[in-house]
Amino acid sequence: MSHHDHDEDSGVSRRKVLECMTWAGTGVLWTIAGGVPRSLGLVDAAQAAEKAAQTSGLTFLQISDSHVGFDKPANPHALGTLEEAIQKVSAIPVKPSFMIHTGDISHLSKAAEFDDADRIISQARLDVHYVPGEHDFLDEEVKLYKERYGKGTRGAGWYSFDANGVHFIGLVNVVDLKAGGLGNLGAEQLEWLEDDLKGRSKSTPIVVFAHIPLWTVYPQWGWGTEDGARALDYMKGFGSVTVLNGHIHQVMQKVEGNVTFHTARSTAFPQPAPGSAPSPGPMKVEDTRLRSLLGIASVNFKLGDERLAIIDTPLQG
Amino acid sequence: MNRRDILLHGVRLTAVAVLLPPTARKAQAQTAAVVIDNFTFNPPEVKVKIGDTVTWTNHDDIPHTVVSAGKFRSKTLDSDDSFSFTFAAAGDYKYFCSLHPHMTGMIKVE
Repeated sequence: MSHHDHDEDSGVSRRKVLECMTWAGTGVLWTIAGGVPRSLGLVDAAQAAEKAAQTSGLTFLQISDSHVGFDKPANPHALGTLEEAIQKVSAIPVKPSFMIHTGDISHLSKAAEFDDADRIISQARLDVHYVPGEHDFLDEEVKLYKERYGKGTRGAGWYSFDANGVHFIGLVNVVDLKAGGLGNLGAEQLEWLEDDLKGRSKSTPIVVFAHIPLWTVYPQWGWGTEDGARALDYMKGFGSVTVLNGHIHQVMQKVEGNVTFHTARSTAFPQPAPGSAPSPGPMKVEDTRLRSLLGIASVNFKLGDERLAIIDTPLQG
Repeated sequence: MNRRDILLHGVRLTAVAVLLPPTARKAQAQTAAVVIDNFTFNPPEVKVKIGDTVTWTNHDDIPHTVVSAGKFRSKTLDSDDSFSFTFAAAGDYKYFCSLHPHMTGMIKVE
Protein backbone atom coordinates (compact mmCIF):
# COMPACT_ATOMS: atom_id res chain seq x y z
CA MET A 1 0.00 0.00 0.00
CA SER A 2 1.65 3.16 -1.10
CA HIS A 3 -0.91 5.56 0.24
CA HIS A 4 -4.19 5.82 2.01
CA ASP A 5 -6.62 8.20 0.48
CA HIS A 6 -8.74 10.22 2.86
CA ASP A 7 -10.18 12.38 0.17
CA GLU A 8 -13.74 11.21 0.59
CA ASP A 9 -16.64 13.58 0.81
CA SER A 10 -18.78 10.99 2.54
CA GLY A 11 -16.65 11.48 5.62
CA VAL A 12 -14.56 9.09 7.62
CA SER A 13 -15.82 7.56 10.81
CA ARG A 14 -13.83 7.70 14.03
CA ARG A 15 -13.33 3.95 13.83
CA LYS A 16 -11.80 4.31 10.40
CA VAL A 17 -9.54 7.11 11.54
CA LEU A 18 -8.24 4.97 14.34
CA GLU A 19 -7.70 2.20 11.83
CA CYS A 20 -5.61 4.66 9.92
CA MET A 21 -3.68 5.56 13.02
CA THR A 22 -2.98 1.88 13.59
CA TRP A 23 -2.00 1.49 10.02
CA ALA A 24 0.10 4.61 10.36
CA GLY A 25 2.26 2.52 12.62
CA THR A 26 3.91 1.22 9.50
CA GLY A 27 3.22 4.06 7.12
CA VAL A 28 2.18 7.61 6.85
CA LEU A 29 -1.23 8.94 7.67
CA TRP A 30 -1.96 10.05 4.14
CA THR A 31 -3.85 13.26 3.75
CA ILE A 32 -3.92 14.01 0.08
CA ALA A 33 -5.73 17.11 -1.20
CA GLY A 34 -7.56 18.48 1.78
CA GLY A 35 -6.00 16.91 4.82
CA VAL A 36 -8.14 15.62 7.61
CA PRO A 37 -11.66 14.89 6.38
CA ARG A 38 -14.46 17.17 7.40
CA SER A 39 -16.11 14.69 9.68
CA LEU A 40 -12.99 14.58 11.82
CA GLY A 41 -13.42 17.41 14.28
CA LEU A 42 -10.77 18.85 16.52
CA VAL A 43 -11.66 16.56 19.41
CA ASP A 44 -11.18 13.48 17.29
CA ALA A 45 -7.95 14.82 15.93
CA ALA A 46 -6.77 15.55 19.44
CA GLN A 47 -7.76 12.08 20.61
CA ALA A 48 -5.97 10.53 17.67
CA ALA A 49 -2.89 12.55 18.53
CA GLU A 50 -3.18 11.45 22.14
CA LYS A 51 -3.43 7.81 21.15
CA ALA A 52 -0.44 8.24 18.91
CA ALA A 53 1.55 9.96 21.62
CA GLN A 54 0.83 7.21 24.11
CA THR A 55 2.57 4.66 21.95
CA SER A 56 5.45 6.75 20.71
CA GLY A 57 8.42 8.77 21.71
CA LEU A 58 7.79 12.01 19.96
CA THR A 59 5.01 14.26 18.75
CA PHE A 60 5.75 17.71 17.42
CA LEU A 61 3.73 20.35 15.63
CA GLN A 62 4.25 22.32 12.48
CA ILE A 63 2.78 25.75 11.87
CA SER A 64 3.59 27.86 8.85
CA ASP A 65 3.00 31.05 6.95
CA SER A 66 1.51 33.19 9.70
CA HIS A 67 2.01 36.34 7.59
CA VAL A 68 1.41 38.55 10.62
CA GLY A 69 0.63 42.00 9.23
CA PHE A 70 -1.33 40.72 6.25
CA ASP A 71 -4.67 42.55 6.11
CA LYS A 72 -5.92 42.10 2.56
CA PRO A 73 -9.36 40.70 1.59
CA ALA A 74 -8.18 37.06 1.60
CA ASN A 75 -7.97 37.42 5.40
CA PRO A 76 -8.06 40.84 7.09
CA HIS A 77 -7.33 39.18 10.46
CA ALA A 78 -4.18 37.11 9.97
CA LEU A 79 -3.16 37.70 13.58
CA GLY A 80 -6.56 36.47 14.75
CA THR A 81 -6.36 33.21 12.80
CA LEU A 82 -2.81 32.66 14.11
CA GLU A 83 -4.25 33.02 17.60
CA GLU A 84 -6.95 30.47 16.76
CA ALA A 85 -4.27 28.07 15.54
CA ILE A 86 -2.31 28.50 18.77
CA GLN A 87 -5.48 27.91 20.78
CA LYS A 88 -5.85 24.62 18.89
CA VAL A 89 -2.27 23.76 19.81
CA SER A 90 -2.91 24.54 23.46
CA ALA A 91 -6.03 22.37 23.44
CA ILE A 92 -4.15 19.21 22.47
CA PRO A 93 -4.36 17.04 25.61
CA VAL A 94 -0.89 15.54 25.37
CA LYS A 95 1.67 18.28 25.15
CA PRO A 96 3.79 18.00 22.01
CA SER A 97 7.56 18.07 22.48
CA PHE A 98 8.00 21.26 20.47
CA MET A 99 6.83 23.18 17.45
CA ILE A 100 8.48 24.04 14.16
CA HIS A 101 7.52 27.12 12.16
CA THR A 102 8.32 26.84 8.47
CA GLY A 103 8.59 30.54 7.72
CA ASP A 104 6.76 33.67 6.67
CA ILE A 105 6.22 34.50 10.31
CA SER A 106 5.66 38.11 9.28
CA HIS A 107 4.26 39.64 6.11
CA LEU A 108 6.67 42.57 5.71
CA SER A 109 9.42 41.86 8.30
CA LYS A 110 8.34 44.77 10.49
CA ALA A 111 9.46 44.68 14.11
CA ALA A 112 5.85 45.07 15.24
CA GLU A 113 4.82 42.07 13.14
CA PHE A 114 7.50 39.87 14.69
CA ASP A 115 6.49 41.21 18.13
CA ASP A 116 2.84 40.31 17.53
CA ALA A 117 3.75 36.87 16.20
CA ASP A 118 5.95 36.15 19.24
CA ARG A 119 3.27 37.35 21.64
CA ILE A 120 0.71 34.92 20.17
CA ILE A 121 2.98 31.94 19.43
CA SER A 122 4.52 32.02 22.92
CA GLN A 123 1.05 31.33 24.35
CA ALA A 124 1.51 27.71 23.23
CA ARG A 125 4.31 27.43 25.81
CA LEU A 126 6.39 25.25 23.50
CA ASP A 127 9.91 25.55 22.19
CA VAL A 128 9.69 26.75 18.60
CA HIS A 129 12.29 25.99 15.94
CA TYR A 130 12.03 28.48 13.10
CA VAL A 131 13.23 28.70 9.53
CA PRO A 132 12.72 31.92 7.58
CA GLY A 133 10.42 32.57 4.64
CA GLU A 134 11.09 35.24 2.04
CA HIS A 135 8.69 37.53 3.91
CA ASP A 136 10.96 37.45 6.97
CA PHE A 137 13.93 39.05 5.18
CA LEU A 138 12.26 42.22 3.88
CA ASP A 139 13.62 44.77 6.36
CA GLU A 140 16.15 47.16 4.88
CA GLU A 141 19.12 45.79 6.81
CA VAL A 142 17.88 42.19 6.74
CA LYS A 143 18.68 41.78 10.40
CA LEU A 144 15.43 41.40 12.35
CA TYR A 145 14.93 37.68 11.65
CA LYS A 146 18.50 36.79 12.54
CA GLU A 147 18.44 38.91 15.69
CA ARG A 148 15.30 37.20 16.90
CA TYR A 149 15.51 33.63 15.65
CA GLY A 150 19.03 33.14 14.36
CA LYS A 151 20.84 32.41 17.63
CA GLY A 152 23.14 29.42 17.20
CA THR A 153 22.40 29.11 13.48
CA ARG A 154 24.75 29.33 10.53
CA GLY A 155 24.67 31.42 7.38
CA ALA A 156 21.22 32.86 6.79
CA GLY A 157 19.82 30.73 9.63
CA TRP A 158 20.30 26.99 9.03
CA TYR A 159 20.96 24.50 11.84
CA SER A 160 20.30 20.99 13.07
CA PHE A 161 19.35 19.40 16.37
CA ASP A 162 18.39 16.02 17.78
CA ALA A 163 15.28 14.95 19.65
CA ASN A 164 14.32 11.43 20.71
CA GLY A 165 16.78 9.89 18.31
CA VAL A 166 15.43 11.88 15.36
CA HIS A 167 17.80 14.27 13.58
CA PHE A 168 16.14 17.57 12.63
CA ILE A 169 17.60 19.89 10.00
CA GLY A 170 16.28 23.43 9.41
CA LEU A 171 17.30 24.81 6.02
CA VAL A 172 17.03 28.26 4.42
CA ASN A 173 16.03 28.36 0.75
CA VAL A 174 14.75 31.93 0.46
CA VAL A 175 17.92 33.99 0.05
CA ASP A 176 20.09 34.84 -2.93
CA LEU A 177 17.42 33.71 -5.38
CA LYS A 178 18.45 33.81 -9.03
CA ALA A 179 16.44 35.46 -11.82
CA GLY A 180 14.18 32.93 -13.49
CA GLY A 181 14.93 30.34 -10.82
CA LEU A 182 13.27 28.72 -7.82
CA GLY A 183 14.15 28.50 -4.13
CA ASN A 184 17.88 28.27 -3.46
CA LEU A 185 20.03 26.61 -0.80
CA GLY A 186 23.44 27.59 -2.18
CA ALA A 187 26.86 25.95 -2.12
CA GLU A 188 27.79 26.93 1.44
CA GLN A 189 24.65 25.48 2.97
CA LEU A 190 24.85 22.30 0.88
CA GLU A 191 28.41 21.81 2.03
CA TRP A 192 27.35 22.23 5.63
CA LEU A 193 24.49 19.77 5.10
CA GLU A 194 26.73 17.13 3.60
CA ASP A 195 29.01 17.53 6.58
CA ASP A 196 26.13 17.46 9.04
CA LEU A 197 24.93 14.10 7.70
CA LYS A 198 28.34 12.55 7.26
CA GLY A 199 29.04 9.64 9.56
CA ARG A 200 25.50 9.63 10.93
CA SER A 201 23.91 6.20 11.27
CA LYS A 202 21.63 5.43 8.31
CA SER A 203 18.99 4.24 10.73
CA THR A 204 18.66 7.74 12.20
CA PRO A 205 15.30 9.16 11.12
CA ILE A 206 15.81 12.51 9.40
CA VAL A 207 13.32 15.37 9.46
CA VAL A 208 14.31 18.26 7.21
CA PHE A 209 12.26 21.45 7.16
CA ALA A 210 12.49 24.59 5.03
CA HIS A 211 10.09 27.26 3.80
CA ILE A 212 9.84 26.63 0.05
CA PRO A 213 9.15 23.01 -0.94
CA LEU A 214 12.43 21.14 -1.51
CA TRP A 215 10.70 19.13 -4.24
CA THR A 216 9.37 20.62 -7.43
CA VAL A 217 5.67 21.22 -6.89
CA TYR A 218 4.98 23.73 -9.68
CA PRO A 219 7.96 25.58 -11.18
CA GLN A 220 5.72 27.94 -13.16
CA TRP A 221 4.86 29.53 -9.81
CA GLY A 222 8.33 29.11 -8.36
CA TRP A 223 7.17 26.27 -6.11
CA GLY A 224 10.33 24.25 -5.80
CA THR A 225 14.02 24.54 -4.89
CA GLU A 226 16.65 24.83 -7.59
CA ASP A 227 19.25 22.73 -5.78
CA GLY A 228 16.82 20.77 -3.57
CA ALA A 229 17.71 17.51 -5.33
CA ARG A 230 21.32 17.90 -4.20
CA ALA A 231 20.19 18.20 -0.58
CA LEU A 232 18.08 15.07 -0.97
CA ASP A 233 21.02 13.24 -2.52
CA TYR A 234 22.87 13.55 0.78
CA MET A 235 19.93 11.83 2.49
CA LYS A 236 19.98 8.82 0.21
CA GLY A 237 20.52 5.63 2.15
CA PHE A 238 18.79 6.91 5.27
CA GLY A 239 15.89 4.66 6.16
CA SER A 240 13.46 7.44 6.98
CA VAL A 241 13.44 10.98 5.61
CA THR A 242 10.57 13.40 6.18
CA VAL A 243 10.57 16.75 4.37
CA LEU A 244 8.30 19.43 5.82
CA ASN A 245 7.66 22.71 4.00
CA GLY A 246 5.28 25.66 3.85
CA HIS A 247 5.09 28.50 1.31
CA ILE A 248 2.28 27.12 -0.83
CA HIS A 249 -0.45 27.52 1.82
CA GLN A 250 -2.08 24.15 1.21
CA VAL A 251 -1.56 20.51 2.09
CA MET A 252 0.34 18.49 -0.44
CA GLN A 253 2.09 15.22 0.09
CA LYS A 254 3.96 12.56 -1.78
CA VAL A 255 6.10 9.58 -0.94
CA GLU A 256 9.14 8.71 -2.98
CA GLY A 257 11.05 5.69 -1.77
CA ASN A 258 12.23 6.43 1.75
CA VAL A 259 11.28 10.11 1.53
CA THR A 260 7.95 11.59 2.57
CA PHE A 261 7.29 15.14 1.39
CA HIS A 262 4.63 17.22 3.07
CA THR A 263 3.53 20.85 2.98
CA ALA A 264 1.47 22.50 5.71
CA ARG A 265 -1.44 24.88 5.55
CA SER A 266 -0.95 28.55 6.36
CA THR A 267 -2.51 30.09 9.43
CA ALA A 268 -3.20 33.27 7.42
CA PHE A 269 -4.68 32.75 3.96
CA PRO A 270 -5.07 29.97 1.39
CA GLN A 271 -3.40 29.89 -2.01
CA PRO A 272 -4.82 28.24 -5.12
CA ALA A 273 -3.98 24.74 -6.29
CA PRO A 274 -1.15 24.75 -8.85
CA GLY A 275 -2.27 26.19 -12.16
CA SER A 276 -5.87 26.67 -11.03
CA ALA A 277 -5.66 30.48 -10.96
CA PRO A 278 -3.78 33.18 -12.90
CA SER A 279 -1.25 33.52 -10.06
CA PRO A 280 -0.27 31.97 -6.72
CA GLY A 281 -1.49 35.08 -4.85
CA PRO A 282 -3.78 35.00 -1.79
CA MET A 283 -7.05 33.23 -2.59
CA LYS A 284 -10.22 34.96 -1.45
CA VAL A 285 -12.85 32.44 -0.42
CA GLU A 286 -16.19 32.86 1.31
CA ASP A 287 -15.74 33.80 4.96
CA THR A 288 -17.44 30.60 6.05
CA ARG A 289 -14.87 28.50 4.16
CA LEU A 290 -11.71 30.34 5.20
CA ARG A 291 -10.98 28.39 8.38
CA SER A 292 -11.34 25.05 6.63
CA LEU A 293 -8.36 26.05 4.48
CA LEU A 294 -6.12 27.24 7.33
CA GLY A 295 -4.59 25.02 9.95
CA ILE A 296 -1.75 23.22 11.68
CA ALA A 297 -0.03 19.86 11.33
CA SER A 298 0.87 17.36 14.02
CA VAL A 299 3.71 14.95 13.34
CA ASN A 300 4.17 11.74 15.28
CA PHE A 301 7.26 9.59 15.30
CA LYS A 302 7.15 6.07 16.68
CA LEU A 303 10.41 4.31 17.29
CA GLY A 304 11.00 1.56 14.77
CA ASP A 305 8.69 3.01 12.15
CA GLU A 306 10.03 4.13 8.85
CA ARG A 307 7.58 6.93 8.34
CA LEU A 308 6.22 9.63 10.54
CA ALA A 309 2.48 10.01 10.87
CA ILE A 310 1.32 13.46 9.88
CA ILE A 311 -2.13 14.77 10.77
CA ASP A 312 -3.31 18.04 9.26
CA THR A 313 -5.99 19.76 11.26
CA PRO A 314 -7.89 22.71 9.78
CA LEU A 315 -8.91 25.56 12.08
CA GLN A 316 -12.50 24.62 11.37
CA GLY A 317 -14.37 21.95 9.46
CA MET B 1 4.67 47.83 -24.83
CA ASN B 2 2.79 48.54 -28.01
CA ARG B 3 2.79 51.76 -29.96
CA ARG B 4 -0.51 52.93 -28.56
CA ASP B 5 0.74 52.65 -24.97
CA ILE B 6 3.82 54.65 -25.79
CA LEU B 7 1.67 57.39 -27.27
CA LEU B 8 -0.57 57.37 -24.21
CA HIS B 9 2.45 57.86 -21.98
CA GLY B 10 3.54 60.67 -24.25
CA VAL B 11 0.24 62.42 -23.64
CA ARG B 12 0.54 61.99 -19.91
CA LEU B 13 4.07 63.36 -20.04
CA THR B 14 2.86 66.52 -21.77
CA ALA B 15 0.54 67.21 -18.86
CA VAL B 16 3.39 66.80 -16.39
CA ALA B 17 5.87 68.79 -18.46
CA VAL B 18 3.82 71.96 -18.10
CA LEU B 19 4.74 72.06 -14.43
CA LEU B 20 8.45 71.68 -15.07
CA PRO B 21 10.96 74.47 -15.74
CA PRO B 22 11.92 74.98 -19.41
CA THR B 23 15.29 73.23 -19.01
CA ALA B 24 13.64 70.01 -17.91
CA ARG B 25 11.25 70.19 -20.86
CA LYS B 26 14.17 70.41 -23.26
CA ALA B 27 15.43 66.98 -22.25
CA GLN B 28 12.15 65.48 -23.44
CA ALA B 29 12.61 62.49 -21.20
CA GLN B 30 9.68 60.16 -21.26
CA THR B 31 8.23 57.91 -18.65
CA ALA B 32 7.03 54.37 -19.11
CA ALA B 33 4.96 52.31 -16.73
CA VAL B 34 5.20 48.66 -15.78
CA VAL B 35 2.50 47.20 -13.57
CA ILE B 36 2.91 44.14 -11.40
CA ASP B 37 -0.22 42.08 -11.59
CA ASN B 38 -0.77 38.40 -10.83
CA PHE B 39 2.95 37.83 -10.24
CA THR B 40 3.92 39.16 -13.68
CA PHE B 41 5.59 42.32 -14.97
CA ASN B 42 3.35 43.88 -17.57
CA PRO B 43 4.45 44.58 -20.21
CA PRO B 44 7.33 42.13 -19.79
CA GLU B 45 9.55 44.09 -22.17
CA VAL B 46 9.74 47.86 -22.53
CA LYS B 47 11.83 49.91 -24.96
CA VAL B 48 12.93 53.38 -23.82
CA LYS B 49 15.53 55.99 -24.72
CA ILE B 50 18.52 57.09 -22.65
CA GLY B 51 17.28 59.47 -19.98
CA ASP B 52 13.82 57.95 -19.82
CA THR B 53 12.29 56.81 -16.55
CA VAL B 54 10.43 53.58 -15.91
CA THR B 55 8.00 53.32 -13.00
CA TRP B 56 6.89 49.97 -11.61
CA THR B 57 3.71 49.76 -9.53
CA ASN B 58 2.67 46.70 -7.54
CA HIS B 59 -1.01 45.86 -7.87
CA ASP B 60 -0.78 42.49 -6.09
CA ASP B 61 -1.80 41.66 -2.52
CA ILE B 62 1.73 40.33 -2.01
CA PRO B 63 4.94 42.39 -1.86
CA HIS B 64 7.39 42.26 -4.75
CA THR B 65 10.75 43.77 -5.65
CA VAL B 66 12.34 44.96 -8.88
CA VAL B 67 16.00 43.98 -9.12
CA SER B 68 18.50 44.19 -11.97
CA ALA B 69 21.79 42.71 -10.78
CA GLY B 70 24.34 45.48 -10.29
CA LYS B 71 22.06 48.07 -11.91
CA PHE B 72 19.08 48.86 -9.74
CA ARG B 73 17.18 47.42 -6.79
CA SER B 74 13.88 48.63 -5.39
CA LYS B 75 12.87 48.45 -1.78
CA THR B 76 10.14 45.94 -1.04
CA LEU B 77 7.03 47.19 -2.81
CA ASP B 78 3.90 46.53 -0.80
CA SER B 79 0.52 46.75 -2.53
CA ASP B 80 0.23 49.96 -4.61
CA ASP B 81 3.83 51.01 -3.90
CA SER B 82 5.91 52.28 -6.84
CA PHE B 83 9.57 52.35 -7.79
CA SER B 84 11.14 54.52 -10.52
CA PHE B 85 14.49 54.29 -12.22
CA THR B 86 15.98 56.63 -14.82
CA PHE B 87 18.16 54.94 -17.41
CA ALA B 88 21.37 56.86 -18.12
CA ALA B 89 23.05 54.30 -20.36
CA ALA B 90 22.01 52.16 -23.30
CA GLY B 91 21.70 48.42 -22.94
CA ASP B 92 19.43 45.51 -22.12
CA TYR B 93 18.43 45.52 -18.47
CA LYS B 94 17.10 42.15 -17.40
CA TYR B 95 15.37 42.33 -14.06
CA PHE B 96 13.39 40.09 -11.71
CA CYS B 97 11.55 39.96 -8.40
CA SER B 98 14.04 38.78 -5.78
CA LEU B 99 11.18 37.28 -3.72
CA HIS B 100 9.55 35.43 -6.61
CA PRO B 101 12.40 34.90 -9.06
CA HIS B 102 10.19 33.29 -11.69
CA MET B 103 8.94 36.86 -12.30
CA THR B 104 11.25 38.40 -14.90
CA GLY B 105 11.22 41.40 -17.24
CA MET B 106 13.41 43.43 -19.55
CA ILE B 107 14.01 47.11 -20.23
CA LYS B 108 15.75 47.84 -23.53
CA VAL B 109 17.42 51.26 -23.52
CA GLU B 110 18.50 52.73 -26.84
